[in-house]
Amino acid sequence: MNSYFHSVTIQKELCKGCTNCIKHCPTEAIRVREGEAKIINERCIDCGECIRICPQHAKLAITDDLEQLSKYKFPIALPAPSLYAQFDSSYTVNQILTGLLELGFYRVYEVAYGAEFVSRAINYHLKNHFFPKPAISSACPAVLRLIQVKFPELINNLIPIKSPMETTALIVREIMKKEGYSPEQVGIFFISPCAAKVTAVKNSLVSAASLIDGVISISSIYGDLLSKLKVIKDTDTPNLRKATGAGLGWAITGGESRLLKGIRRLNVDGITNVNKVFEEVVMGKLKDVDFIEGLACTGGCVGGPLTVENPFMAKERIHCMLNEERGEIPELPDRPNYKDLMWEKEIKSLGVLRLDDDIVMAMQKMEIMEILHKNLPGLDCGSCGAPTCRALAEDIVRGQADEVDCIFKLREKVTYLAEKMVEISSKMPPSLGKKEKE
Amino acid sequence: MEKHEQTKALVMIFPISKGDFQSAGEASSEIKNKLLQLGFPGNLIRRVAIATYEAEMNLVIHSDGGKIRAEINPDAIFIEVTDEGPGIPNLHMAMQEGFSTASEEVREMGFGAGMGLPNMRSCASKFEIVSVVGKGTTIKMVIS
Repeated sequence: MNSYFHSVTIQKELCKGCTNCIKHCPTEAIRVREGEAKIINERCIDCGECIRICPQHAKLAITDDLEQLSKYKFPIALPAPSLYAQFDSSYTVNQILTGLLELGFYRVYEVAYGAEFVSRAINYHLKNHFFPKPAISSACPAVLRLIQVKFPELINNLIPIKSPMETTALIVREIMKKEGYSPEQVGIFFISPCAAKVTAVKNSLVSAASLIDGVISISSIYGDLLSKLKVIKDTDTPNLRKATGAGLGWAITGGESRLLKGIRRLNVDGITNVNKVFEEVVMGKLKDVDFIEGLACTGGCVGGPLTVENPFMAKERIHCMLNEERGEIPELPDRPNYKDLMWEKEIKSLGVLRLDDDIVMAMQKMEIMEILHKNLPGLDCGSCGAPTCRALAEDIVRGQADEVDCIFKLREKVTYLAEKMVEISSKMPPSLGKKEKE
Repeated sequence: MEKHEQTKALVMIFPISKGDFQSAGEASSEIKNKLLQLGFPGNLIRRVAIATYEAEMNLVIHSDGGKIRAEINPDAIFIEVTDEGPGIPNLHMAMQEGFSTASEEVREMGFGAGMGLPNMRSCASKFEIVSVVGKGTTIKMVIS
């Protein structure tokens, strides 16, 4: 578990040890220790909330850069559809795809195209398989991790179909193989709005190994791409587009669910909102919902932490593009089909929130934790480095914190000691303090 | 920490007020989160969450107020739901799926589908209900 890799990290030299991030983490995965924020790796779901909130910009998503392209003779770009929304509407999708070639990619394939195969497979799955209701979209990797960490009871509600990114990579690998390219010379790079995708590639929950070789953030190539766009004329470029509006819509909230017909759908975005809705699902509250599209970022993938444009503008741009295109899954080749896109392994609950592996021991720890919690001030001030008083109590029973980490508890102890000292100072040794005779 | 010979059960008590739709769900949410931290399996957590949520809603909609007592043992969860009235006149009917005495107002909020008690029964390994009109209702559930 110690070796669990994930994308979001802290740049120590920038972190001031303020407590903004610990308060905004949906899985309470950050603590401040020795004046620096530290991420509890197994708890981190890479949602990017801390990247957004950090006033020092000390949170960083580990990604690859364009220099990695030189490792492969044939580097291929797989842009997420959210890339298109980063640029002014005067630039066409085809110009943007051509711009990627100008940056050094040998070919470019739209992830929106793979998304259309995924939509077809999801429709097939929902029609032909018994599934516990509501079915939950597995498109957002941060939401997958949220379920693994916090809602293991909902793992069976997830739709066991690969992501548009992996599906597109599968299609590209097939094409390149057919055309006679040797697989090791082909490098597939996902152009990503999202930190969690980096983790999904390096540490896949659902595939034996990802078919993606690298993940490059939209924000890191934005400037270079924009300067290329300014000199590319749309009329001069051959058509590189394969996807229709169906796949394009996946960039925003509701884009996946609008292609699922005849069922009751619920679209939720923002990790806190997704968390709340999942709580209700567990309680059996959402009985008449068949499908939930839960996305960690506001607006959907266009709101990803590695994007440049604000999510509302970006969403508007995708809406404009969709108005011109239909919202139906187009005719597609037979492969990859439903079977090709099934998960290769099941998501396992890791029990990272468990107080102890043994239930009896865990119960004893919880009892102590409750007592500790009652004695804490309940202000959830964060000065102890934990997000809430409850979290501090939990850290104490886990042996990772001390009661006097709480500044109020510390003050209480200091006051007690000060009073004791005054009391002692008034006491006289018997050999001293002789009363003077009048 | 040393293991005790006899494990002490963890007991939680939640008072539930009549008509308090705003806080309904808080008790079941807290119980659910505790069970997750204790390492209970997902399937059991879900059954407890559904049963306690339905109990909460029943107290909010139908009762004059009451309480939920949850006792967590390593091998089973005991849930006791008690209220101070008004009691269920036709218990047999109330246990049927789709039978509900909820008001129009409550139904408009999306509740009162008549699934409460049947749902609780299907989530529980053992289910007992005693109701006296004018006095109140007690439900005892064991989920293991």
